[in-house]
Amino acid sequence: MTFTPTELEVEGAAGGETAGHPAPASPPAQRRRLARAFLRDRTAVACSAYILLVILMALAAPLLVKLSGWGPYEFDQSAVDPNLGGLPLGWGGGMGAEHWFGVEPGNGRDIFARIVYGARVSMTIALAATVLTSVLGVVFGLIAGYFGGRVDMLISRVMEFLMAFPALIFMIAVLSALPADNRQFLLVVVISVFGWPYLARIVRGQTMSLKEREFVESARASGASSLQIIFKEILPNLASTIIVMTTLAVPGYVGTEAGLSFLGVGVVPPTPSWGQMIASSVPWYAVDPAYFLIPGTFLFLLVLSFTVLGDRIKKLVESGEGRA
Amino acid sequence: MSRFLFNRLLGMIVVLFLVCLFTFVVFFVLSPDPAVQICGKNCTPEAIDQIRENLGLDQPFWTQFWTFITALFTGRTYGTGANAVECAAPCLGYSFQTSQPVADMILQRLPVSATIAIGAAVLWLLAGVAGGLISAVREGRFADRFIAGLTLTGMSVPNYVLALALQFLLVVTLGWLPFPQAVPFGDDPVRWFANFLMPWTVLAIGSAAVYTRLTRANVIESLQENYVRTARAKGLRPGLVWRRHALRPALTPIVTIFGMDFANLLGGALITETVFGLNGIGKLAADSITKNDQPVIMGVTLLAAFLVVVGAMVVDLLYTAIDPRVRVGSVK
Repeated sequence: MTFTPTELEVEGAAGGETAGHPAPASPPAQRRRLARAFLRDRTAVACSAYILLVILMALAAPLLVKLSGWGPYEFDQSAVDPNLGGLPLGWGGGMGAEHWFGVEPGNGRDIFARIVYGARVSMTIALAATVLTSVLGVVFGLIAGYFGGRVDMLISRVMEFLMAFPALIFMIAVLSALPADNRQFLLVVVISVFGWPYLARIVRGQTMSLKEREFVESARASGASSLQIIFKEILPNLASTIIVMTTLAVPGYVGTEAGLSFLGVGVVPPTPSWGQMIASSVPWYAVDPAYFLIPGTFLFLLVLSFTVLGDRIKKLVESGEGRA
Repeated sequence: MSRFLFNRLLGMIVVLFLVCLFTFVVFFVLSPDPAVQICGKNCTPEAIDQIRENLGLDQPFWTQFWTFITALFTGRTYGTGANAVECAAPCLGYSFQTSQPVADMILQRLPVSATIAIGAAVLWLLAGVAGGLISAVREGRFADRFIAGLTLTGMSVPNYVLALALQFLLVVTLGWLPFPQAVPFGDDPVRWFANFLMPWTVLAIGSAAVYTRLTRANVIESLQENYVRTARAKGLRPGLVWRRHALRPALTPIVTIFGMDFANLLGGALITETVFGLNGIGKLAADSITKNDQPVIMGVTLLAAFLVVVGAMVVDLLYTAIDPRVRVGSVK
């Protein structure tokens, strides 16, 4: 990594936060070049396509459910076998023309409908939490690492305090004590409050190392303000760390949401979320593997797509830097 | 250095105290009345009052909190006269469900949790650092791309999905591994290993992937540093350059997250322990939350918080030892 910060690198860090558009504010020529490079990358396009598909699925959920004929809350007792404890009739958990992805064992709810509606919940929570956490983490990490002294003391104490909480246990406790009417919003807030210190701590550590380097000193000597140094000299050098960490955070938050739903304090039934569907499949995994494989595959592919996409964007931005 | 240590210790105590306070507020104020819960179905107002008095629940909040804190160090006596029950320090109270001392319940389950946590940590650290180093050294070649693929998969598969899939494949279908049970190491090391292999893998896979990526990114970055070029120009053997000059600075962020990740494991093994039905501390926490068993939740939360605070301190000390660029003065 070179120490000649460009606008592009700063954009790379910002782009990582939204896991989306490469370099929105860079000069048009560069942007077009990046976009073209991006479109040439088949893996990246495939990942974006899958993410787009899930988003469309989430948006068009009511329409899709009309097409398939079964709502997410409708029971279909004719699709399960009461003599086998409610095991779905037919191959692959009851897959067929009637129920595209089969039905849930026991009550016969349509899995396709629940996947489609579950996409809404999982996407909303994970994306909102990621954006909120990254912004908080980067800003506080930079401030603490760069200014040091009392500011660092204060931020570090708050971070330590939050990290000293066994986050998962505490999230469960808080969520189980709070009323259940706006769980999705509460989930985002709780995940973000406990999530940002992990990014901030690493950003802080690297900022502390970086600010001792010559290029920061020379920037300071040439009269750059603290803000300029933080955002134009230090932040670009943190881009790779921030992108890696943020990319890694998305699967974490999808997992946390699902884990919380799994433990009964996340999304409240009967509202479906992918994690919750997997959780309710646990007692059935040995006899009806399709029940956990379908939401499991959707979830895995979503997380994988986000991860790969983040990676590709990072590489693109870095190679773009080389050419600029 | 000693001043730094002193400050750090002081900060640790303050943090732990705040964790206590925060947890106490949440569980004892937001949650439903435990006396009603303990009393059960055939309950009279008098009986509830009696339970409240015995547990000290009739006291104001600060008195209750103070009693709880002092009980940690000096023990505590519940009730009066013939009904008095002595709870030795460190007293975390008694479970509302089983009436066992919370400290004992945690201690009983510690071996299982420690086995899972340590095994997983060893697994992911070895896999992560080795994988990252190989990737960095063979950057762009087959080995790098192969490891990158594995890493992406490992990072993306949710651990409960992996747990179910592994269990379905290896236990139900192929019958290669037993359903995980907490077999003590002393009984049969081979069975012990076979039983814990799946929980270790499931718990470690995500972190192993993260560590691989981080090691790779950092090693590649430090391979471009001037001192590496110097070392190479001096004619140092490549193996030595990689280990001593490229890997060492790359380990700083690894140490930072390892301390935190490891300390977080006891709480974080919650899902793994629940999915596999292993009776560790994570499962204890999950069960007590479902049953609203406040003293147990409180005890587990405090233990986990203690581990995390100690972990953070160890990390800071190691950080300064590994990376001389960060001076102790600026860490404080």
